[in-house]
Amino acid sequence: MIAIAAETTGDEVAGFGNDPWWIIAIKCLAIFVICVVLTLFNIVFERKVVARMQHRLGPNRTGPFGSLQSLADGVKLMFKEDIVPKAADKIVYIAAPLVAVIPSFLILAVIPLGPEVSIFGQETRLQLTDMPVAVLFTLAIASVGVYGLMMAGWSSGSTYPLLGGLRSTAQVISYELVMGLSFVGVFLFAGTMSTSGIVAEQERLWYGIILLPSFVIYLISMVGETNRAPFDLPEAEGELVAGWGTEYSSIKYAMFFLAEYINMVNVSAIATTLFLGGWRAPWPISAINDGMFNTGWWPLLWFFGKVMLLIFVFVWLRGTLPRLRYDQFMHFCWKVLLPVSLVWIVAVAGMRLAFNEGVERNQILLYGGIAVAVLLIGSLLIPEKKTPAEPEPAEPPEFDAFAGGHPVPPMPGQEFVAVRIPAATTQTDDRTEESSRA
Amino acid sequence: MGEAALFWIMAPIAVLGALGLVFSRKAVHGALSLAATMISLALFYIAQEAPFLGVVQIVVYTGAIMMLFLFVIMLIGIDSSDSRVETIRGQRVAATLAVTGVVLLLAGVTIRATLPEEPAGLAQATPDGNVPAIADAIFGTYVWAFEVVAALLITAAVGAMTLTHRERIVAKATQRELSIKRFSEGAPGDAAGLPVPGVYARHNAVDTPALLPDGTPSEDSVNRVLVARGAARSTDEFRHHPTPADIEAAAEGDADEPAGEPGPDDDASGGERA
Repeated sequence: MIAIAAETTGDEVAGFGNDPWWIIAIKCLAIFVICVVLTLFNIVFERKVVARMQHRLGPNRTGPFGSLQSLADGVKLMFKEDIVPKAADKIVYIAAPLVAVIPSFLILAVIPLGPEVSIFGQETRLQLTDMPVAVLFTLAIASVGVYGLMMAGWSSGSTYPLLGGLRSTAQVISYELVMGLSFVGVFLFAGTMSTSGIVAEQERLWYGIILLPSFVIYLISMVGETNRAPFDLPEAEGELVAGWGTEYSSIKYAMFFLAEYINMVNVSAIATTLFLGGWRAPWPISAINDGMFNTGWWPLLWFFGKVMLLIFVFVWLRGTLPRLRYDQFMHFCWKVLLPVSLVWIVAVAGMRLAFNEGVERNQILLYGGIAVAVLLIGSLLIPEKKTPAEPEPAEPPEFDAFAGGHPVPPMPGQEFVAVRIPAATTQTDDRTEESSRA
Repeated sequence: MGEAALFWIMAPIAVLGALGLVFSRKAVHGALSLAATMISLALFYIAQEAPFLGVVQIVVYTGAIMMLFLFVIMLIGIDSSDSRVETIRGQRVAATLAVTGVVLLLAGVTIRATLPEEPAGLAQATPDGNVPAIADAIFGTYVWAFEVVAALLITAAVGAMTLTHRERIVAKATQRELSIKRFSEGAPGDAAGLPVPGVYARHNAVDTPALLPDGTPSEDSVNRVLVARGAARSTDEFRHHPTPADIEAAAEGDADEPAGEPGPDDDASGGERA
């Protein structure tokens, strides 16, 4: 785990690039099917789980337990009228959903779903391809996908979509930065940026445990990156109708929807690969029968189990937290997450260097503990910030229900004394005037 | 073979993107064309066995810098197209001269360059792969230049922040303070915010004024910006204009109920009759 993996192979990762064409075709098809089926499943899953959290039943009419609801919705969406607004910029407007959805299918290509298996007698890995910079590749693909949202917002030719597009641009620039920084710790410890290499390095201990701050930062930024609640400001329905998607309908809207749900799976898969041991079974199971459950097709179960766990976290967040205000959201990214990530990376780099220099882990823990203790004791010596002594509240003045111009009831302990109805006089005047005219 | 096919597909896209940047009228179209060119270039890098460079090209240039450009363009104006008026005198002549000079310079360099007979190959240039080779170049050979560029960029960022910095004299009002102020200072009726736009059988957009209980349109219900741009419907369109039949009906209603209070509008008497 600690020694840097020697990359003797240069720019190719060992074990890839030797598949026959039909294996590649099967893998491509499998990734496409996984993306679409998981989207259909996740929509129903999300609606069911949120419904349970809100003491409802959720969809339960179409198919067994409502499981075909999203399929029915999808078919309905395809047959709806496709509207292109008069003020829209046609080419960009039509290209936007394609730009959003195509990159989202690409990311699973570099995610290892399992170890070496045999397909029709051919030994191959359960991963389409890998490269020395696979994790950066996922970041690049995600940043292309965001162009779709931004183009949709601009080309719709109306106010709310433009605001949604602007928000999405600002949000993605900020949170992608933080996301990239959270990867750095993993790169430093794994010594490689290839996804299969990172999974191999996590054989003993998951990076989610030893790099816990990186993991937490990634979890937060992945919610921001996918525009999900509580960070769904680009499409905040309470403020912007539907944000960048306001003018879209029919199959174009369905494509955006598809892209959003596939992206949820993508970021969860990246989190699984980088921090949760990839396809490896969790600890007690991995020890059974000399690692039997880490071979063959079993790892698919662990991989998708971890992905679904993270999807559940997405749904849980949506069912629990209210949406952030926009300025708070940006403050949180630039003034909290970013400095914390930078400090943490410096700490990780220091640890890494110490390990490379041959310092024992016990020593690092000892000296790190001493440093933290000194900081804690030092913080006790800092004098407490003196709040200016508030003037003793004088005897509460007589309660006037109309002091603020708007009638309010008395607070506990206040006496309701005088009744003054300021508006009454004018009303009576009106009435007398009217009756005299009559 | 695959590389040649990739080249002949992506190269026209890269060139078209570059031409689109120069010739498109709308700034956003230009920016999107440039993004297409950048992605094509990244694919070329990857095809030339420089995956790190290609991926970083997309992450940094397409994903961050171009996004920032687009952000600014969209903030400035949704459909502002370039005007063809020359703002600085002699600019076009100077630009033409400068471009010709650069083209001549580059052409001269390209023609005079001597290429080795046999390329050394990637295995010799980067024996440990892309990433270590680039890291070695940046943090080894050119570390001084790299640090200087970093210092320059930080200076630029700090300078921009200093130029745009504004010292607050009083603390910014919080949401709570604004709410208290709205109740204590304004009319209580306005405390809940402005009225929403009108919803009718044929109109329900933000450009449509709502009707007040007395049938007059509410000016507050339409955004001031829309009114200033002339994008809102006229409030007059939705004002209740009594037709001759209405007046007749109102007169009949009065005749039917001589004892009733003569209301100022026919709606009140109509209600009573119903």
